[in-house]
Amino acid sequence: MSFEKKNIEKIKLFSKNMRKKILQMAFDAGASSAHFGGALSIVEILATLFSYKMNIKKKKDIGWDSRDRFILSKGHACLAYYSSLNLKGFISDEDLKTFEKDNSSLAGHPVKNKKLGIDFSNGSLGMGLSIGIGLAISSKKRKKLFNTYVVIGDGECNEGSVWEAAMAAPKFELDNLNVIIDRNNFQQTGSNKEIMDLGNLSEKWKSFGWNVTEIDGHSLNDLKNYFDTKKDNTKPNALIANTIKGKGFSFSENNNAWHHSVITKSIYELGIEELKNGN
Amino acid sequence: MEINSKNIKLWSTIGPRASLGLGILDLAKKQKELIVVTCDVSTSAGLDRLRKTLPDQYIDLGIAEQNMIGVSAGLASENFNVITTTFAPFQTMRCCEQIKVNLGYMEERVTMIGLASGLILGNLGFTHCCIEDIGVLRSIPNLNIISPADSLETIKSIEASLHSKKSTYIRVTGGPNNPIIYESDYKFEIGKSITLKKGNDVTLFGSGAILENCMIAAKALEEKKISTGVVNMHTIKPIDKDAILNAAEKSKLIVTVEEHNIIGGLGSAVSEVLSNIRNSPKQLTIGINDSYTKSGSYKYLKNYYRLTSEKILEDVQILLNE
Repeated sequence: MSFEKKNIEKIKLFSKNMRKKILQMAFDAGASSAHFGGALSIVEILATLFSYKMNIKKKKDIGWDSRDRFILSKGHACLAYYSSLNLKGFISDEDLKTFEKDNSSLAGHPVKNKKLGIDFSNGSLGMGLSIGIGLAISSKKRKKLFNTYVVIGDGECNEGSVWEAAMAAPKFELDNLNVIIDRNNFQQTGSNKEIMDLGNLSEKWKSFGWNVTEIDGHSLNDLKNYFDTKKDNTKPNALIANTIKGKGFSFSENNNAWHHSVITKSIYELGIEELKNGN
Repeated sequence: MEINSKNIKLWSTIGPRASLGLGILDLAKKQKELIVVTCDVSTSAGLDRLRKTLPDQYIDLGIAEQNMIGVSAGLASENFNVITTTFAPFQTMRCCEQIKVNLGYMEERVTMIGLASGLILGNLGFTHCCIEDIGVLRSIPNLNIISPADSLETIKSIEASLHSKKSTYIRVTGGPNNPIIYESDYKFEIGKSITLKKGNDVTLFGSGAILENCMIAAKALEEKKISTGVVNMHTIKPIDKDAILNAAEKSKLIVTVEEHNIIGGLGSAVSEVLSNIRNSPKQLTIGINDSYTKSGSYKYLKNYYRLTSEKILEDVQILLNE
């Protein structure tokens, strides 16, 4: 198998394991419900970042200075984040079982916890990119080599603060800052079109002064190629990742009822079955 | 930063805003890890020289306060010492939730300086006055709130906040002609109030530029044989409980004076302590009576809201005679 192919296989396996963990955690959360759809839409994005692209090591290297920094600005998709950190060895299987339980470190939105590899708390939308700018400026000032990756939602782009940050990043020529926009076309109570039409997101980000690329956010080839490609080194980078909310399970794909919902026993079993049969 | 008689004199003549600009410039020269983040207010904050001479330590984010707090939190998480500043309403309320999440909840450490708080910009109307900042921020855990008395105390509170483990909001009140409370250096500690005048029957707690009026009122009460103490409650959070308990023991009337809404500010903080004491003395809360009014000069508004020394004296006497 070629080196390229091996890498793709690695990301693919990581994605599959993430979906397993996401289903399990959502099921274990029981009646407290879990944000399911928006976690599944970013599985391939996070799998590519955590298993391939980002310069991160294992738990023993927590606090390691030149690690790449990651911010899940759409914090409600934490199931994808927690499962990635679990597969990288930062969060234990035991900890995963505490998701959304009393006194757990793994709440329904990420809470800063350096021991678990979570650098920032998120959950209130529209805040992550600004922090990312601070990190990217720090990296430049200290002549460090780390990159910053911020994942935001398309619905999140309703927030004005996203655009304050979008306007600022090009001023500082932050080519070490990467925003990935999960373009799954839905938000909490409906489609983007119904709730707040985002129009042409690519053109919007371009006009703010970013390098913009648009890809299929579930295609591992697209994702890998994107992150492998060197870009204009005076601009920050925005990736519009076209995704499917609830991706990976027949019952949840493009079904916004799964934005935040309860996984029953029968749904759980169906999901397990589909994961087995899937490739 | 050199605190000597020459500088103290200079600061007292130029007012707190210009002083903080000079003070921060001096600090930034010595600390390369200190970064000042502003929203298009360099001249208003006396930061023009810093902007020109230390551009690597100055970040202007334009008129975008939410982004200002987020970017500052990112820098702080990488162990930069960050000072943010803009006019008080925009420094506190426009970005309130960013302060809550990034500085309160996440505990990234930033020093925020709110310019021209209180009533000094009264001619510009209540978009620019700030009578709500303490109340809004006091409910967010993990923040210090300081309201310095004069230029020297503004400088001292910036220094103290850079050494604190928590984020700090410094509320700058008054204008270039602020009365001088401190003419020489003194010990300043966050959370430890300072007695400016001793007295037993009545204790006045105040902070910021309004303290001068408390002092004048106290002296007038003294002439009427009412022993009156004045405490500079420069830190509103954490509030100095010992000073309040001490005053409650000896005084029959506690008075709080503030250039802030009477809801949520110093008066509320003091009453939260007093209400836990059995047989606590009466409290008179002087401040803005939960209302907006037409625009007007600083002098006009202080008179309107009964914050002048004469009105303070009058109101204290009315209550004592009840």
